[in-house]
Amino acid sequence: MSLRSPLGLAKGLGSAKDGTHHWWVQRVTAVALIPLTMWFAFKVALLSMSDYETVLASLSSPWSAALIISLIVAAFYHAALGMQVIYEDYVSGKAARIIAIMGTNLLLFLLGTAATIAVVRIALGG
Amino acid sequence: MAEFTLPENSVVKEGKTFPAPEGATNVQVVEVYRWDPDSGENPRIDTYNIDLASCGPMVLDAIIKIKDEIDPTLTFRRSCREGICGSCSMNINGRNTLACTKDISDINGPIKIYPLPHMPVVKDIVPDLTHFYAQYASIKPWIQSTTPPPPDKERLQSKEERAQLDGLYECILCACCSTSCPSYWWNGDRYLGPAILLQAYRWLADSRDENAGERLDELEDPFKLYRCHTIMNCTETCPKGLNPAKAIAEIKKLLVERKIA
Repeated sequence: MSLRSPLGLAKGLGSAKDGTHHWWVQRVTAVALIPLTMWFAFKVALLSMSDYETVLASLSSPWSAALIISLIVAAFYHAALGMQVIYEDYVSGKAARIIAIMGTNLLLFLLGTAATIAVVRIALGG
Repeated sequence: MAEFTLPENSVVKEGKTFPAPEGATNVQVVEVYRWDPDSGENPRIDTYNIDLASCGPMVLDAIIKIKDEIDPTLTFRRSCREGICGSCSMNINGRNTLACTKDISDINGPIKIYPLPHMPVVKDIVPDLTHFYAQYASIKPWIQSTTPPPPDKERLQSKEERAQLDGLYECILCACCSTSCPSYWWNGDRYLGPAILLQAYRWLADSRDENAGERLDELEDPFKLYRCHTIMNCTETCPKGLNPAKAIAEIKKLLVERKIA
């Protein structure tokens, strides 16, 4: 039960004056992922019949490593931004929403970092 | 979580059936959502059999005929009966539209009439649009300028500037678009929805307005604006043939433009 005026309810806490960066970066990462994913799919297809040493050598080349790390960063960043939008849409409880967003961000950050370290190790011959 | 099922007391039951009058030559079945807040009963679907031989061509004509000749308890909003007031917006055969501009002959089988989706119902097919109107007021839908108007004439616009308002000024705030939008269903408490955002853009696009910056500040918000995911139901359903989704896209472009371009 609230006796607040309808206008008071509609205005709520006002504008966050934020959201454009989120929206824009989601689009930038989406565009970046188009060529990166195509390149990666092409590379995986080419290497699918190769032996372990050939794959390792191919992944160690500086350009390959750089492109894969770019793909990882763009993909995980894009995933984090997109998941946040989904939670904001469908999880209406404030605490549940914040926990879901934070948990997903931490998990994606961890996975992205692990994937990047793996590529770096291969590239540096570790 | 967003609610995907109806609460117990909102489950729609089967209602009364009113037979066609004797000697009816062209019977049309009309199913109407009924709910009376005073009865304490669940909503129900009443079925009316009307004679189209003595009925006007539009769905609103059929509803008025039912109220006049069959069931005076049927409650609905209507005013201009020519698509300019926006009062008789409702969900007809699964699509939000104006009953007064919806041809009965375009509908195959029974006419199914429900209130606008996902709004509180006042009675029968009358939705509570209080919050919708409050959201409209919150975007300050009037001209804002520091420069005083010329003392002896109106504020002038070029023909090109006036043309910027075409496709925007025609909006009659019937709420068909907003109540067809899933984002507005789930987050309508904060998301402004397509109708209000189209109106917001109508003032951003007005060459006489001087507060574009403040207006954009007020709109830039993950919930007020960015709940729009270009689902396009708004544009699909608009009974005036407008394109709220494009207006929202234009707002997003302006926000990117002032930040990046």
